[in-house]
Amino acid sequence: MPDDPTIPSRRNALKCLAYGSAGTLFVLAGGVFTPVDLAQASNEEEGARRVGKPLFVQISDTHIGFNKEANPDVNGTLAQTIALVNGMAEQPALIIHTGDITHLSKPSEFDLAQQLLGQLRASELHTVPGEHDTTDPSVSEYFSRFGRASNNRGYYSFDHAGVHFMALVNVLQFKPGGLGTLGAEQLAWVTEDLKGRSSSTPIVVFAHMPLWTIYEPWGWGTGDADQLVSQLRRFGSVTVLNGHIHQIVQKVEGHMTFHTARSTAYPQPTAGVGTGPGPLKVPPESLPRMLGISSVSVLAHPRSLALTDTTIG
Amino acid sequence: MSSARTPSALGPIAAAALWLIGSGGTSWAAPPESKQIIVRDFMFQPMSLTIPAGASVTWTNRDDEPHSVKSDTALFASGALDTNESYSFRFDKPGAYHFTCSIHPRMVGTIIVQ
Repeated sequence: MPDDPTIPSRRNALKCLAYGSAGTLFVLAGGVFTPVDLAQASNEEEGARRVGKPLFVQISDTHIGFNKEANPDVNGTLAQTIALVNGMAEQPALIIHTGDITHLSKPSEFDLAQQLLGQLRASELHTVPGEHDTTDPSVSEYFSRFGRASNNRGYYSFDHAGVHFMALVNVLQFKPGGLGTLGAEQLAWVTEDLKGRSSSTPIVVFAHMPLWTIYEPWGWGTGDADQLVSQLRRFGSVTVLNGHIHQIVQKVEGHMTFHTARSTAYPQPTAGVGTGPGPLKVPPESLPRMLGISSVSVLAHPRSLALTDTTIG
Repeated sequence: MSSARTPSALGPIAAAALWLIGSGGTSWAAPPESKQIIVRDFMFQPMSLTIPAGASVTWTNRDDEPHSVKSDTALFASGALDTNESYSFRFDKPGAYHFTCSIHPRMVGTIIVQ
């Protein structure tokens, strides 16, 4: 079921929205209804074909292995999520998982998660780890399965349909008392990766922890994200997608949109409500409305990227 | 120094017994008393603990969310502790030992060994 944008608490959070038959559409452009021209894609023909079709779906925080009251069946809600994606009339070209694939980094949890995600019709899956995926002492469980794309560094980039995707990791170099960290080496790689790219290239950045400070007391932020954001400011369309907080929070700043996704496992409380960012228990009939995915499409008129959040119930 | 990790069904006494079996000693000694730190509400309670050299500390997670205990100097690391799981470590040398939760790095604590 799509979001209801008339709920007062959400109204202020939305910088710009348009209603479509699919539910609530967020037009990812700076300012209200300002279209952002797509890059003159090197493959103009492929870019034109993608218009109107979902480019990718973001799934996040599946927490396979979690079994407490907030959701005793995370495998089931992930299966429901996959059925939702598989049921889309037009299949997305890519699936992006923004981390916390597992709950306790156990081999059995990774194995089951891969099995479940393998049910997706869209076969191209890109992942980044969450802090729940990297708790084993050698941090090998995640990387032995998903490390190839980044040569086990955790960060990598790729292009699709004229859009440049950057996968970043901010859960590997925690400083005690701190927030997420990108680190000097990764930031230097970002500089190299962006060098020479036209400012009209649409950029999609994805990482597990929020790349802006949402609520520091609960660790919702990345300490050195400003060094990333300053490098992205010159681009005409930047979409930053994160997970970690199991709820949607969004910020639009110039031509940059920052957006966190729902979990497919369990919700978390609003910032500051309660003792910490743990699992939030809700009545079972309410749970499906709090779990879901985000999908990004290319729109024809005006040419821009559009993001839709959809719940599983 | 030695460490032991116990699943939810066992308590501190069992944790100490596991330590004893692993230590390779030939004489039977009373299990050392383990000082308790409860991990609850995203905090180490207490956040600072002073113990004599040779004493051990047992951290027990009482939150619905996994936590871990990781020394700032890589001296000890528990891995993820699910609800009701415990981890113990014995401190032989005097000093201040800072630790954090590797899943929630905002959580910090200190063991002061005298």
